[in-house]
Amino acid sequence: MITYISIFITAIFVNNIVLAQFLGICPFLGVSKKVNTAVGMGAAVTFVMTIATIVTYLLQKYLLDTTGLQFMQTIVFILVIAALVQMVEIILKKVSPPLYQALGVFLPLITTNCTILGVAILVIQKEYNLMESVVFAISTAIGFTLAMVLFAGIREQLSTTNVPKAMQGIPIALIVAGLLAMAFMGFSGIKIG
Amino acid sequence: MAKTESTFLNMLVVLTVITLIAGAALGYVYSITKNPIAEAEKKQQIEAIQMVAPEFDNSPIEDKYSLKIGADSLEATIFPAKKAGENVGAAVETITKKGFGGEIKIMVGFNADGSIRNYKVLKHAETPGLGSKMDDWFRTDKNHQSILGKNPATDHLTVSKDGGSVDAITAATISSRAFLDAIQTAYNAYMNRTDAQSGASPKAHTK
Amino acid sequence: MNKMSIILNGLIKENPTFVLLLGMCPTLGTTSSAENGMGMGLATTFVLICSNVVIALIKNFIPDKIRIPAFIVVIAAFVTILEMCMKAYVPALYASLGLFIPLIVVNCIVLGRAESFAAKHNAFDSMLDGIGIGLGFTGALTLLGAIRELLGTGKIFSATIFPEEYGSLIFVLAPGAFIALGYLILIVNKLKTK
Repeated sequence: MITYISIFITAIFVNNIVLAQFLGICPFLGVSKKVNTAVGMGAAVTFVMTIATIVTYLLQKYLLDTTGLQFMQTIVFILVIAALVQMVEIILKKVSPPLYQALGVFLPLITTNCTILGVAILVIQKEYNLMESVVFAISTAIGFTLAMVLFAGIREQLSTTNVPKAMQGIPIALIVAGLLAMAFMGFSGIKIG
Repeated sequence: MAKTESTFLNMLVVLTVITLIAGAALGYVYSITKNPIAEAEKKQQIEAIQMVAPEFDNSPIEDKYSLKIGADSLEATIFPAKKAGENVGAAVETITKKGFGGEIKIMVGFNADGSIRNYKVLKHAETPGLGSKMDDWFRTDKNHQSILGKNPATDHLTVSKDGGSVDAITAATISSRAFLDAIQTAYNAYMNRTDAQSGASPKAHTK
Repeated sequence: MNKMSIILNGLIKENPTFVLLLGMCPTLGTTSSAENGMGMGLATTFVLICSNVVIALIKNFIPDKIRIPAFIVVIAAFVTILEMCMKAYVPALYASLGLFIPLIVVNCIVLGRAESFAAKHNAFDSMLDGIGIGLGFTGALTLLGAIRELLGTGKIFSATIFPEEYGSLIFVLAPGAFIALGYLILIVNKLKTK
């Protein structure tokens, strides 16, 4: 149990996927102007990441490892992820049109969101078992959502302030992200188990 | 040339063909890089052994053996160094999972008396600029940084914060602790060997 | 289009990092030193050129609806080839770039260029575009790496410029990456408006 808690805390705070590992920066900068969309994006990523990790993990263990085709890993994983994203898109369109409206543009982008492929490869590299992988995927996604929502909150405030012209948009966003990353560094050193 | 139509059959055929060609190309590259990759890994290992172990004339890689150490049963591989048939020491490769960024893999060289000759960090994921300084920190002859020439049995090789005799890396106590933990694991592995052969020092049993 | 202008376009006018703001993950994640930044840039350049050429050659065989997955398979194949070659011949660089090599697959620059350039132009022009964009990316990564390495550790390409004790470690760590890139883009914006 302690292993799971440790993975959980580490993935969310200590080794936050966005602010410490630099994965998923594109959606982090692109979809973070409003808190609502940030939450939606976070939810979509959580959903896709969890399923993708389970499927790729099983494929690795029962297909690639047993046939000695480990070098096909990247191709297989990315295809599975692309197919999953398509599926989520279709389901979302049917089940929740408003959410689909909000996320429509960004859902296809999840395919090229490196957090999904990154986590799928990381759990193999870290030699986690299936349960640990699932916990790792969910907590990483929660960490991603947390960073996005915090960042979106700051940017909502920022939009009403008077920022120097050359600094508007991405530069100020990056500097804010830097400060946020600094804040997250305060979590470093936390060790459980 | 006309664009291929988006019929289901076309899509299926095209995607399958592309994947098959890609797979075949990868298989080919895999077969020609397989040996160089294995050699590169082996070369790295040999270089690390030569760096840390006392001078030897045997083939430590052929004489290597593995042990499981401690409660976590960490794997340690011992590469014995022999000169003219005499044991002169060994290089020990081991890991610790207590690092700040996860696993740390090191190769430590011991003289026959168990003192540390040299070490090399093979793999780590510590913070660049902080924990990553372990590459050279523990052999730099400054204050109480260096562990070279020390013997884990008689010198207290833990960080000074924990009452030991080694200065931790500035602002990277966790990495330092993990590193010294790996050194201890390596030493235990090495000592088990001399136990088996000479039934020597009772000190090794208490470790 | 003039051949030279295709290359210059990628290097300056559509510089992937400073102007298009693509491929941010490796830009931030691998630039803790100038050497790593350059290694990552060149690795991406290799994949860009190869995938651009191949996609330009086979674009007519690919039905529109499966364009993206087909492109991704081609890119993933080249990334894996690169990965295996790096493991065999430059293991040290491979170890320091780590996870970011397989992640070239999902680098928006590579797929973006395949989609916006290679799918519309011939193989030779696509190659030039790959070179231009790739070198623009490499230049940006090397610059950012050099700045972070200098401010953080007082070195550039491991050559000491000032003693390490005066460096500000934060630039090598995660927050410094965001802040350094933020200021670099700020400077580019300022220059553009002049």
